[in-house]
Amino acid sequence: MDSVRAEAFFALVHPVVKLENFAKTYHTGEVDVHAVNGVSLEIQPGEFVAIMGASGSGKSTMMNSIGCLDRPSGGRYMLDGVDIGGLSRDELADLRNQKIGFVFQGFNLLSRTSAVENIELPLLYARNKLRGRELRERALEVLALVGLGDRGGHHPNQLSGGQQQRVAIARALINEPKLLLADEPTGNLDTQTSIEIMGIFQDLNRRGMTIIMVTHELDIARYCLRMVVMRDGRIVRDEPVTDRLDAVTERAKLQQEHQAVQLTS
Amino acid sequence: MNLLATFRIAVRALRRNTLRTLLTMLGIIIGVGAVIAMVSIGNGAKAQMESRVASLGQNVIQVFSGSVSRGGFRGGFGSSGTLTREDYESLRREISGVNGASPEVRNFSQLAYGNQNLNSQVMGVGADYMEIRSWPLASGANFTENDVRNANKVALIGKTTADTLFGDSDPVGQVLRIKSAPFAIVGLLSAKGTSMMGSDQDDVVLVPYTSAMRRLSGDTTFRSIMVQAADKDTIPQVQQQIIDLLRQRHRIVDGREDDFMVRTQQEISDFATDSAKIMTYLLAAVASVSLIVGGIGIMNIMLVSVTERTREIGLRMAVGARGRDILMQFLIEAVTLSLVGGLIGILLGWGGAQLVSRNLGWSTLVSLESIMTAFVFSAAIGVFFGFYPARKAAQLDPIDALRYE
Repeated sequence: MDSVRAEAFFALVHPVVKLENFAKTYHTGEVDVHAVNGVSLEIQPGEFVAIMGASGSGKSTMMNSIGCLDRPSGGRYMLDGVDIGGLSRDELADLRNQKIGFVFQGFNLLSRTSAVENIELPLLYARNKLRGRELRERALEVLALVGLGDRGGHHPNQLSGGQQQRVAIARALINEPKLLLADEPTGNLDTQTSIEIMGIFQDLNRRGMTIIMVTHELDIARYCLRMVVMRDGRIVRDEPVTDRLDAVTERAKLQQEHQAVQLTS
Repeated sequence: MNLLATFRIAVRALRRNTLRTLLTMLGIIIGVGAVIAMVSIGNGAKAQMESRVASLGQNVIQVFSGSVSRGGFRGGFGSSGTLTREDYESLRREISGVNGASPEVRNFSQLAYGNQNLNSQVMGVGADYMEIRSWPLASGANFTENDVRNANKVALIGKTTADTLFGDSDPVGQVLRIKSAPFAIVGLLSAKGTSMMGSDQDDVVLVPYTSAMRRLSGDTTFRSIMVQAADKDTIPQVQQQIIDLLRQRHRIVDGREDDFMVRTQQEISDFATDSAKIMTYLLAAVASVSLIVGGIGIMNIMLVSVTERTREIGLRMAVGARGRDILMQFLIEAVTLSLVGGLIGILLGWGGAQLVSRNLGWSTLVSLESIMTAFVFSAAIGVFFGFYPARKAAQLDPIDALRYE
């Protein structure tokens, strides 16, 4: 293969996320806090990565930077082939809108606003605008994708935690992002709902969605394909998940356990 | 992000806290309402003033008896009689471009008819007076030049005076006693309404000035002389002629002040409308203070709202809202607050003006201009006082905003 062809080939399959010696330093008073200190990481399309670490390990900082909410203070970050370093606030906002879907621990839905309208929110800020009806159709489509097709008119306070998180996932998906970022998505949920949410992620990943998830629970990280462990602002472990859990089997197991408990009591 | 969607978000945010929204609007409502009510009362006063000036007659020039400095004291205009009968007669003779002229002498006298009596204003005037003031007779006839020359005891009676003394019966042909001198009533004046100063112009008896001076007051000079110019364009020339003639007759050397004052109707109306205007400005200035207070209220509540909705702002930024989108959202919210408040204020102010004119009998005039001004002004207040909070929201850091508890 000649070199020109090779370059063209690699350009086509460039990583979604590419961190080169990435660093983030906060200036708090007189001390400089090195939250992330020289991390290099590549995440290819279709990966499902869990970023793990104790609090203060720098995982949230790295997540914020990967999510283009922040710019690196050292090194380079390429998102889908675009260098983030030189972009303005507005350009970062557009990038978040087009390429990234966020799922938060606290769902962050707008209260007193229906599920469908919550899902449509990113479309309101999209540069290529959809008209009213197309917009609604698209919203209902993604709502069906997360299994809430019949709840579009409900308000967040009428939905359970799991359902709210599904709405949030639908909102993250509506702009067909390159990358789904989830920050402790199961942190506020019980075991069964957590498994359900991880099931949705596994499903989306199987359809080709690249997902990065921050968690501190090993049980949850085992649903992913790759595990990155951080400590003190550096990556200490980066390996594929060997004993991977499957949400469908786990759910079935959990139901059997419940039945067993009911039978014995 | 389009404007309509932003506006919908703003309305929804405002409806979320109806009581707070209403209380915030209250400042603007009161401010705009007060401005509208005050300006319409002022405009009404101005319009009334103008119609009263018009009731003076057409193209009228008034010559007032002047102030004379005597031993260092200066009286006001009209304080001393400097206009004599000879002045008046030479005015009539020598000034061109004049339709008519009439002196005015005034005094209050006791009137009696039968067992009715009344203290009323008796004005001595010339035969031209009714024409100058475009004041037609309701019945009877005007007195003549001959009556004036001979100081005949004839009188024209005003509507109010006639109603008081004669009730329903016809006053024309009756004999009225003025200070016990019998005057024959030859005509009844039509109703003229209130004067610029607010007195009833129909509470009057008009007699030839000669009769008034000789038989009633004993005055030898006039308080004022009215001159009617032939048309509007000649008013300045006529005014100048009068000044020149009177200075010459009164032997006033160059550099000394006039001992009389010549005022055209325009000047009188300017003065009257000017004072109405000053009043309007004063009232509007007081009312705009409350508008500013209302604006500060909006700013205050917008700052609270930005703080309360920090997480929402963070979320909107995370999903792709630019700073400008957030700025617009809060700015439009503030403008909606002030505009809706302004609209309610306009309605209230208009209603208030109606109430005032109905209950106090003041005339009011709600002009389209003042409504438009109030509307634009309240929008401007929303932009001005909403900008700081909106900018504060737009400049939030998305990470901090998302993490805000």
